[in-house]
Amino acid sequence: MTAIEIGKNVNTKPSKSIDRSELKELQQDVRAWLKEHTPSNPDFLLPQSFMEVGSEQQLDFLRDWQYKVWSAGYLGMAWPSEYGGGGLSVEHQKVVDHEMLLRRVPIMPNTIGLGWAGPLINHVGSEQEKQKYLKGILTCEDIWCQGFSEPDHGSDLGSVQLKAVRDQDEYVLNGTKTWTTLGNFAKYMILLARTNPNAERKYDGLSFFLAPMGVTGIDPRPIQKLTGEYGFTETFFTDARIPASSLMGNEGQGWKIAMQTLQYERGAEAGAAGGLSRVPVVMEDLLTMARTQQRDGESVLQDPVVREQLVNLLIEEKAIRLGLRRSAIKVLCDDYPHSLALSTKLRFTEFNRRMRQYSLSLQGATGALYVGDESVPDGGFWQRSYFNNFSTTIGGGTSQIQANIVGESVLGLAKS
Amino acid sequence: MTKQSNMKLALSEEQAMVLESAREFCKENSSIEQVRALLHSKTQLNHIGYDETVWQQIVKLGWLGIATPEEFGGSNFGIGSVVGIAEAMGRYLLSTPFLPSIVATQLLLRAGNQQQHEQWLPKILDGSVATLALLDNEDWGATQIQCKATQEGNSFRLTGRKLMVCDALSASVFLVVLDLDGQTNVAIITPDQLSASAIRPHTLLDETKRACEVDFSDVLIMQDALLDSSSVAQALHDCMLIGAMLTAAEAVGSTGASLDSIVEYLKTRKQFGKLIGSYQALKHPSVDILCQMDSAKSLLYHAASVVDSEALDEDAEIACRMAKVAASEALLYAADRGIQFHGGMGFTYECDAQLYLRRAQWSQQQYGDAAHHRKRLAPLLLG
Repeated sequence: MTAIEIGKNVNTKPSKSIDRSELKELQQDVRAWLKEHTPSNPDFLLPQSFMEVGSEQQLDFLRDWQYKVWSAGYLGMAWPSEYGGGGLSVEHQKVVDHEMLLRRVPIMPNTIGLGWAGPLINHVGSEQEKQKYLKGILTCEDIWCQGFSEPDHGSDLGSVQLKAVRDQDEYVLNGTKTWTTLGNFAKYMILLARTNPNAERKYDGLSFFLAPMGVTGIDPRPIQKLTGEYGFTETFFTDARIPASSLMGNEGQGWKIAMQTLQYERGAEAGAAGGLSRVPVVMEDLLTMARTQQRDGESVLQDPVVREQLVNLLIEEKAIRLGLRRSAIKVLCDDYPHSLALSTKLRFTEFNRRMRQYSLSLQGATGALYVGDESVPDGGFWQRSYFNNFSTTIGGGTSQIQANIVGESVLGLAKS
Repeated sequence: MTKQSNMKLALSEEQAMVLESAREFCKENSSIEQVRALLHSKTQLNHIGYDETVWQQIVKLGWLGIATPEEFGGSNFGIGSVVGIAEAMGRYLLSTPFLPSIVATQLLLRAGNQQQHEQWLPKILDGSVATLALLDNEDWGATQIQCKATQEGNSFRLTGRKLMVCDALSASVFLVVLDLDGQTNVAIITPDQLSASAIRPHTLLDETKRACEVDFSDVLIMQDALLDSSSVAQALHDCMLIGAMLTAAEAVGSTGASLDSIVEYLKTRKQFGKLIGSYQALKHPSVDILCQMDSAKSLLYHAASVVDSEALDEDAEIACRMAKVAASEALLYAADRGIQFHGGMGFTYECDAQLYLRRAQWSQQQYGDAAHHRKRLAPLLLG
């Protein structure tokens, strides 16, 4: 196995000049296709994001959906055709993704495969790895999960302790991963493990694996979330043996590969196969719900205090969305050039938390009901959504860590 | 599905150029020492409050005519292009009669007739200061106008006084909002029509600004001094929004300066053996200031992208009001924390943090505070 060249630029190769009319036609086609094939809501509440898949029932439903989208040629459009992709361009996929967003179709359950593992394998994987893994990611036959976080090192990836020891043509794994999204459903895991505990820099002792989950000694135990549902596992590794060929690149390259993997979050542009990873919830949805709620004998939207608070939330939502536009105009960003890029996660997830929390306060007595109750507004969607949103203000670096990052990297303040 | 909300945010090449040269100019010509030399407390109350040579340079740069049609000598880049200039002025606390002159120009353009345009627009471009007399009292939402014009033969006699008339001491022309037979109108008044004691400078909280109480009683005007009664209501409505947008622009600039001064202090001041910027109790609110400023700036340049010379539409109204809410609150938060984070130094007059807190109070009140605009946004956004 040769060392992997990790480039800073994770973009796929520049697409050939694209015929605008072709994209226009694609837009019409996909619109018609979605209209006909988007499944109606089942009699159970679907997850809002790939991190919230909690039951076989939900997974089966979404798996069918992903397969259907792929079969129609609307997933992995920019991935090479020899590995199950469409051999087209990123622009094609963006057109399709946009239409899916407008229509609020169900999510793709295999987001870790489509958005992280897949692009990684596509860009730096060996021919063998591409042959073996890419198609199964697209068809959703092979669910992928991610093994980065550990119980004692929530936001500090460099300190990963799970041990991988080479024994002939196998690695023996011992340790624990946590917050493994889809861990109990996954066939493969992108795994960051320590192969050299004595490396001078802790980062140099890490290696990256495309690990099979089905071997003896890997035990994913579902974690019950604050919503009462299951969606993550704590994954225990006890003398688990995986083939040495699961190693990606060379030993010691793990940190770099993991960092590259984290860059794929930018969507199709960065190489993701496409599809929605979460169904966005916007203020307009909240207002729709609020219109059905009463306070003091009239619509809650007539309450002057509520109106004031809603206006503030609407301003904030608009400002965050406009920030994405402004970030493209250099002269409007040059006082703190990285501010928008580095603070968006913090602002967006915290805004969502407050907006969802506020949605419950508009429900009067029914704000105390939960999923499963017949009288709960929108089937308990808002209650569950508020609880689940904590995964975004905690996962991927807590808001408090994010504030440190922004304070230190953007404002240049001393480390805390 | 509801209507798609307007997310336009664009900057023309000309606007970008103006913005960059404005930053350069304001930095060169408004150091903190220069700002402090012009404060109320350092000069007399009846000092005009700005440096005449700086004003003349601004005139030469053509900024007064940046949104004025070419036929009157302007460059016609659109009112949105003034935002970059106002932001730069706010950042360096450069106070001149620029903003009142610009808003007055807009009112003339939107409700004046050809003769009034020809008489006044070239003069304003040439540096004659124009200002607006909007307020009878503290109420930006007033429904009754107390300043009145009463017909006397061929002419009209004015009664009443106005508060918070910006740069009244240097003004060559006043646009006075008044009531004429129950209708709102605007009269063009020149200083020679005023009695000797008509102009009384206010003692302002923001010592970089100048505004006066002006008594217009017994001023006699002819019909030709009145703006077009059929377009004046819409024009005033639009100018209040443009005024709010430009106040927001100044406030965004001042928020940036306030944040810079906080960051500078947090990076140099040590307590208990550590740079105080390493303490999260100071670091995290500083990040909040940055985020609030980012929001205000995005909303501001969105507003700049949707206002134009036509009657402002609902999208433009929403944008201007949102920008004003976000910017005046961001500045107040930044400036307030700026005092606190400077510790004992922050409590002194010598510390520049006070300049921003005073400006914050000015920005809150000019063209209506955050609550004023939220109240008006509610029916537009919620029905």
